Amino acid sequence: MAAETPTPVPAARSGGRRDGLWLLVIWIVLSIAGSLLVYIVWGPHMPPGAMSTSASSQQFDTRVLGTMAAPVIIGVLLYFGWAVAFWRQKPGDDTDAAPIHGNTKIQAAWITVTAAIVLGLAVFGTYELIAPAGNGSGQGPQPAFNHGVLAAASVTSWAPNTNNILQVQVIGQQWAWTYRYPQFGGFETTTLVLPVGQQVRFNVTSLDVIHSFWAYQLGVKADANPGVNNVAYTTPYHTGTFVVRCDELCGIWHGAMYNYGKVVSVSDFMNWAHSTETQLASVTKLLPPYALTYDPTVLANVGKVNQQLGLTSAGGGYYNPADPEQP
Amino acid sequence: MSLPARVTTLVFAFLLVVAGVIFVAFHFIGAQPPVEDYTSYASNGQVNVTLMTTPQTTVSTKPDWVSYFIKDPATGKFVHTTYFEVPADTKVNVTILGYDGCTPLRNPVWGHVTGVEGGVENVSYFNGKTYSAATPVSTFDSYANCSVQHTFAIPGLGINVPVASPTTVAENNALCTVSPCTANNASEALAPHSVVTFSFTTPKAGGTFRWQCFIPCGGGYLDGNGGPMSTVGYMMGQMEVQA
Repeated sequence: MAAETPTPVPAARSGGRRDGLWLLVIWIVLSIAGSLLVYIVWGPHMPPGAMSTSASSQQFDTRVLGTMAAPVIIGVLLYFGWAVAFWRQKPGDDTDAAPIHGNTKIQAAWITVTAAIVLGLAVFGTYELIAPAGNGSGQGPQPAFNHGVLAAASVTSWAPNTNNILQVQVIGQQWAWTYRYPQFGGFETTTLVLPVGQQVRFNVTSLDVIHSFWAYQLGVKADANPGVNNVAYTTPYHTGTFVVRCDELCGIWHGAMYNYGKVVSVSDFMNWAHSTETQLASVTKLLPPYALTYDPTVLANVGKVNQQLGLTSAGGGYYNPADPEQP
Repeated sequence: MSLPARVTTLVFAFLLVVAGVIFVAFHFIGAQPPVEDYTSYASNGQVNVTLMTTPQTTVSTKPDWVSYFIKDPATGKFVHTTYFEVPADTKVNVTILGYDGCTPLRNPVWGHVTGVEGGVENVSYFNGKTYSAATPVSTFDSYANCSVQHTFAIPGLGINVPVASPTTVAENNALCTVSPCTANNASEALAPHSVVTFSFTTPKAGGTFRWQCFIPCGGGYLDGNGGPMSTVGYMMGQMEVQA
C-alpha cells in the first residue's frame, strides 16, 4: 500500500484569521441588533403580559433572559451557516480537514465569559425571585409569618389606598375554585374580583388534593395544598379579565377547572364586595370561621341526626382501611 | 413460503394488531354512556328533564357505587347514564328524585342554590307513605341537619343545586336497595326520597357543559373523589346544548 501524502489545506477552508474576523464582526453587529429587537420590539409582547406587578416582573425577567440568549443563539446559527457556506467539502476533494489544536486564550475566554453569564443570571434570578415578587410565607411586603409570628394586618376590614393589603383566600377543591374575602364578612364566592391599583395578598389552600392556582395574566401561580397556606402578592395595573386555571393534575375534571377573574375600578369593587356580602349572608353564616387552612374532617355543630348516622365528618373524609376498594 | 405470501401475512398481522388496539381504545377506554336526547321533546320554549340519585348501582359492575340515572323521554324508564341533550335558549325544568341518604358537604358554600330561576329549588319529601308539600329552599345547612345527599352543579353556567335528602335516621336506614328506584322497579317505589325541582335557561350559543356532584361521595376512595366521582355515568356527566 502506497503511503498517503498529506495535502496542504487552504487557509480559507480551515477557518483562518480572516474567517474569524468576519465571524466576529458579523456576530457583534447581529447580536446588537438582535438583542435590541428582542428587548424593545418583542419584549413588551412576551408572556404573561403586564397586567400586574408580578406579571410585569416576570415579563421583565423573560426580556432580560431573551436579550442575553440572543447573542448565543445568533453565534451558534452564524457559525453553523458559515461552516455550511464556506467550509463544506468540495466535490472530489477527499482530503482530511485541518487538525484541531487547543487554544488557551480561546478556552480561557470561553470559560470566563460563560461563567460570568451563568453566575450573573443566577444572581439576577435570585434577586428577582425574592425581592420584587414577594411570594412565600416568609417574604413579601406583609409576610404571613415574621419570625414565627403572624403578621398584624387586619383581616376583618379593608379600605382602599391604605397600608392594609386586600386579603383574598383561594380555595381549591375538585373541581372548582372558590374565593373568600375575610375583610368583607368572610363571604365565599365562585367569582374572583379585584380592585385596580391595590395590593392583593392571595392565601391559597385546598380542601382535598393538590391543586395549583394560576392567574395567568396576573402572573400569579401558587400551589394549593391541603392544610397549607401558600401566599402570593400582586397589584393589578389595568382593569380587564384574566384566566384562572388549575396547573396541577388533580383528577378527571382537572382540564375543566378554570374560570375568569376580573380587575375593576376601586369603586366598582367596593360596590361588588358589599352587595355580595349582603347577598351571601345566609350561606356565609354556615361557613367555618375564617382560617388560613381548613380540615373538612372536623366539623363544628354537627346535628343530632348526623351524629346518630355517624356523619361527623364532611363528605369524602372517610378512609376505611378495611374497604376492599382502597386505592 | 414465497415472498408475496410472507408479505401478505406480515401486512395482515400488522392490520390485526392495529384493529385490536383501535377496538380496545374505543370499546373500553373511550366507552361513553348513552345520551338521553330531550331536544325533540321541547315545547313552548320549555323542556322537562328528570334525573334520579340512587345509593347504589345494582345495574352495573359497581353495585356499591352511588349514581345518577336519567329518565328516557321516549320510554319513561330510568337509564344508567349522566349524559343528556337539551335545546339551546330553552327553559329546562329539572326534577331530581333523590333516593340516597344524607352526607355533610365538604364545603358548606355548595349548600347555597345558585344559577337557577328565582334562586331557589322546590323540595318535597316522601317519607314512605305520603309526600310533603313542596317548599322553596335557597340554602341548606348540611352540618346541622341531615339535609343534603348530593349536588347537581354545572360550573360553566354558575348552577349549583343541593339535592335534598330524607331527613330522619329511620328514613336513611330504609333507602332503596335496587337501582333505579322507581319506574323500572315498582317494588322500590315506596322507599323514602326527596323530590327536587328547579328551572334554568340554556344559553343561546349551545355547547357542551360538564356537570358534577360537589359532595365527595366516592366512599372508600381517597378524599371521596375517586370511583363514582371520577367515572362518567355515575356522579358526573355532560349536558349537550344543541343550538
